[in-house]
Amino acid sequence: MLIFEIIMVAMAAIRANVLRAVLTTLGIIIGVAAVIAVVALGQGAQRRVEAQIQSMGTNVLTIRPNWGHFGGVRNVAQRLYVRDADALKRESNGLLTVSPVASSGQQVTYSRWNAHAEIYGVWPEYFAIHDHHLALGRYFTEGELQGRRRVAVLGANVLSNLAGQDSAALTPESILGQTIQIRGVPFVVIGILKAKGESGFQGPDEDIFVPTSTALYRLFGGRERLSSIEVSTFSPKEQEQAYAQIDQIMRRQHRLRPGDDADFQVFNAAQMMSTFNETNKTLTYLLAGIAGISLLVGGIGIMNIMLVSVTERTREIGVRKALGATRQNIMFQFLVESLALCVLGGVLGVGVGFLAAHLMTTFAQWQTYVAPYAVFTALGFSAGVGLFFGMWPARRAARLDPIEALRYE
Amino acid sequence: MNDVIIRTEGLKKDYVLGAETVHAVRGVDLEIHRNEFVAVMGPSGSGKSTFMNMIGCLDTPTAGKYWLNGQLVSELTDDELARVRNKAIGFVFQTFNLLPRASALHNVELPLIYAGVGSRERRRRAQEKLQMVGLGDRMEHKPPEMSGGQRQRVAVARALVNDPALLLADEPTGNLDSTTSQEVMEQLAALNREGQTILLVTHEHDIAAYAKRQVHLRDGIIEKDFMNHHGGAEA
Repeated sequence: MLIFEIIMVAMAAIRANVLRAVLTTLGIIIGVAAVIAVVALGQGAQRRVEAQIQSMGTNVLTIRPNWGHFGGVRNVAQRLYVRDADALKRESNGLLTVSPVASSGQQVTYSRWNAHAEIYGVWPEYFAIHDHHLALGRYFTEGELQGRRRVAVLGANVLSNLAGQDSAALTPESILGQTIQIRGVPFVVIGILKAKGESGFQGPDEDIFVPTSTALYRLFGGRERLSSIEVSTFSPKEQEQAYAQIDQIMRRQHRLRPGDDADFQVFNAAQMMSTFNETNKTLTYLLAGIAGISLLVGGIGIMNIMLVSVTERTREIGVRKALGATRQNIMFQFLVESLALCVLGGVLGVGVGFLAAHLMTTFAQWQTYVAPYAVFTALGFSAGVGLFFGMWPARRAARLDPIEALRYE
Repeated sequence: MNDVIIRTEGLKKDYVLGAETVHAVRGVDLEIHRNEFVAVMGPSGSGKSTFMNMIGCLDTPTAGKYWLNGQLVSELTDDELARVRNKAIGFVFQTFNLLPRASALHNVELPLIYAGVGSRERRRRAQEKLQMVGLGDRMEHKPPEMSGGQRQRVAVARALVNDPALLLADEPTGNLDSTTSQEVMEQLAALNREGQTILLVTHEHDIAAYAKRQVHLRDGIIEKDFMNHHGGAEA
């Protein structure tokens, strides 16, 4: 009952000077808004990356050459060849699904349109490794791979990249079975992939996939060097085993002695993402920490105004004490007031933070996500700031001598 | 001794001002009974204010004992004193000491809030007291919208709202003109006739004349203590 009355008194004090209350809480508003916006940005980035992992497949391992130097001389064996992929496929006893990748950016033309696209020379297994699905047509076959046939499977966005403004003129149905030119070499379009959606460095929707043999011998001028070899296991559980097997097979292929440094590296998409996420988290915490400092500064502002308020209302405190308010009553009244100011600032700050996140998404195209935990943490923190910085002014008020306070002009 | 409202024995108060100790009150023995109307008088420096602060439970004595309404209050803690002030004493100050932003009604309700009285009961009692002092039509007005006399009547209503054993009026007419002063004093005299024990502090003889008894302080001790022969309001 009494607590409720005292809360009402504290609220009335805030209502009596709304402008000052808002100005006082500006620090808290900005602090909370900054925390919300920064964390929203970090969370947005993380979500985006998580979506990428999903699209890339978590159980994909990528083998790349290790571009180290051995005594200043680049080792010829530090390269990946189709025979390495053959060995992996042959010797892993079906544990691994393997595809070599030879990629290069090339000019693509069809009818009156042309565009630049990344050409991937892959095995048919590649589509399974990356969990691609066809929208139309078919994948190329083992026979087409052996025969170095000029057939191409297009990523979902290749058509719109080609046609640009008049994309209506170029439909998947119309191009299927037609011949496009890649670096002047004619290829028959045999399939079009479904869109994978957003995906960072790989961007499969923009790419064109052809058989490895065709790519190496008909497009890349007899080059034998691969960009990478991609491998997947049936489930993430088999990854440890896969690592060991890849290491063993590749060392044998490259004739490395035990104890030699590997001339290849094995990456895992999930690992790369977790590395990214760690960095992202660190960065988010750092920025949120800086934003948190502005909350502290806001708290000092609250303390300042509360001290002013206690001084201004010395006489009121004296009257209340004379009429029977205990120290606790007075202390509680001023604590509630500073707490209410901070929570008010916190709520407004959350609103501004939401708005800021929304604006960043709208105008800068940054993906943001306002996590509930960030809202609750920011609110809790601002309430804590209110209690902490309200404590001293409230104690000062509570300790005022009623005689002195009543005499105060 | 049920009808003794105030009893002090050897009440003393010293202040330390730098190296000097000021003996503001040097041993006051006083007894005030129920339904008395006592005016405490004395020049400035007589220890009158210090004495009244102790009687009002706003301050504790350095030595001596003080019983208020049968309770030994000279040894209570600050918060216990706050409760005694809340329950047993009604204050009327020279400067009214109303909360300027609160309505008359809320001002009168204030002691009841700290007494933990429920809002409906609080409102009813505050309205009753405001009507009693003749401000039934001004309850929602705020102090700055009222005349000095009206404000002091709000203060009187506030002092009475807890039905205190003692009404303590500290220079209640100090900030009022003579006509308004008369009105306020007549109100106090009327309350006294209805049984209210009142202790009045003043330095004006014509105001003191409203009381039934006068206690004069000088240099921290009681100099004179006598009954007013005229008594009542016709002085």
